[in-house]
Amino acid sequence: MFKIKRAFAIMLIMLVALMAACSSSTGNDATKDEPKESGEVERTDIILATTTSTQDSGLLDVLIPMFEEQQPYNVKTVAVGTGQALEMGSRGEADALLVHAPDAEQELVDSEDVVNRQKIMYNDFIIVGPADDPAGIKDAAVAEALTKAFDAKATFVSRGDDSGTHKKELALWKEANLDPAENGSYVETGQGMGSSLQVAAEKKGYILTDRATYLAQKDNLGDFEIMVEGDESLLNIYHVMEVNAEKHEKVKKDGAKAFVEFMIAEDTKKTIADFGVEEYGEPLFFLFE
Amino acid sequence: MELLLQGLRKAIEMILSGDPVILEITWRTLKVSLTAIMISTLIGLPAGMMLGLIKFPGRKLILTLINIGMGLPPVVAGLWITLLLWRSGPLSDFELLYTPTAIIIAQTLVSLPIVTGLTATAFQQINEKLIMQIKALGATKIQLVLILLKESRLAILAGIIAGFGRVIAEVGAAMMVGGNISGETRILTTSIVMEVSKGNFDIALALSFILMTIAFLITFCLTYLQQRKRSQ
Repeated sequence: MFKIKRAFAIMLIMLVALMAACSSSTGNDATKDEPKESGEVERTDIILATTTSTQDSGLLDVLIPMFEEQQPYNVKTVAVGTGQALEMGSRGEADALLVHAPDAEQELVDSEDVVNRQKIMYNDFIIVGPADDPAGIKDAAVAEALTKAFDAKATFVSRGDDSGTHKKELALWKEANLDPAENGSYVETGQGMGSSLQVAAEKKGYILTDRATYLAQKDNLGDFEIMVEGDESLLNIYHVMEVNAEKHEKVKKDGAKAFVEFMIAEDTKKTIADFGVEEYGEPLFFLFE
Repeated sequence: MELLLQGLRKAIEMILSGDPVILEITWRTLKVSLTAIMISTLIGLPAGMMLGLIKFPGRKLILTLINIGMGLPPVVAGLWITLLLWRSGPLSDFELLYTPTAIIIAQTLVSLPIVTGLTATAFQQINEKLIMQIKALGATKIQLVLILLKESRLAILAGIIAGFGRVIAEVGAAMMVGGNISGETRILTTSIVMEVSKGNFDIALALSFILMTIAFLITFCLTYLQQRKRSQ
């Protein structure tokens, strides 16, 4: 009987210790968060739904702390595909959106799900592929390059996730009057830009990517080169917008407004224009001027 | 091979240099996973005990549901919880989405069936004659429960270990309900996914080594507790 009791006493003590550890840790959590939220001002959480490209390129890691320093908000950045970000906007699940699918965004503006949509910056899409260029598409115009890749049944990797980049890619195929799905060599990853680039590199296929993610990942891709660039149809335009608080009552209007205003402020623009210059020797995003 | 070594070196570097971001993410991972498995144990142990010992109508149905729950994919749990916690969902007033609490809820949901189910199995295996004998020796109800708990310690701890394995390895739900928000809900598994998509394989590998190390340490402690004085 004593042994049993002892064994159980030990187990109980372990359990209590574990509980104490956990409860004190949750206690720490609260106290730890407070100084971060800078004591005097009470911070409101706002949700920013954005695309993976702004997170994977590292731009938001610079901008969000800047914003939080200037304004009494705590930004919860949810980096998803543009399709999901727009859906979150149309359901009022986010307060502000930073996305790059102008046509789809316009639909939300028309349905009054978002307001105060502002052009922020652009970079461009490029088609990249293995350096030995099996389909010979290098330096061709966009439609011609796609046709060549299609005819040669070259592997073409697609995001396939309803993201801004995916929407762009589908629009380009449409302009070239082709249905890529007819080709057995068309690969849909359903993943983010970074992972899709790695799939393309592994399968030695062509892929449409935004320049920022490509530059950030170039070193991991092996013998990969830019095939097509500089065409006007390849512009990648980012807009920021507030989710309409009049239509979705739980949206934090002031926070969303403050974020949009922050994104178009001069200081922020300068930061965006300078971003990446040091690391990659060229900016990753450009301003409209 | 080179990448593996590089990752290992990076992991050691990160730990030794005490990188505050890494420490914070590791600490949060521990906190969230341990809290989740604690809650699962506190609910699952008594629930499993009752299911194992008491016979009542509908018990088989409940056991079946629990056994299905053991295979509940974390992303499914994540999706359900997301819909519940959304601003348009029924639990929106608590504002829990994209908080560590949301991750704890999701992880509890996926580990609770494991702890409950395995505990129930353990108690079902106890010989009824043993129970009668203990009762005949004049044990109180509490003494009876304690003796039975001790009797099935091995299996109960196996359940907790399996549940913990589920929780620490889980990424789909944590990504969905947590959002992988820097400084708030980023845990080791979600950071690994993010670093891979950024192409930072060395950092991802380093994080994976850290994750495996803490998983090993905790599982080791639990196993030690399980196997202690087994010869008795």
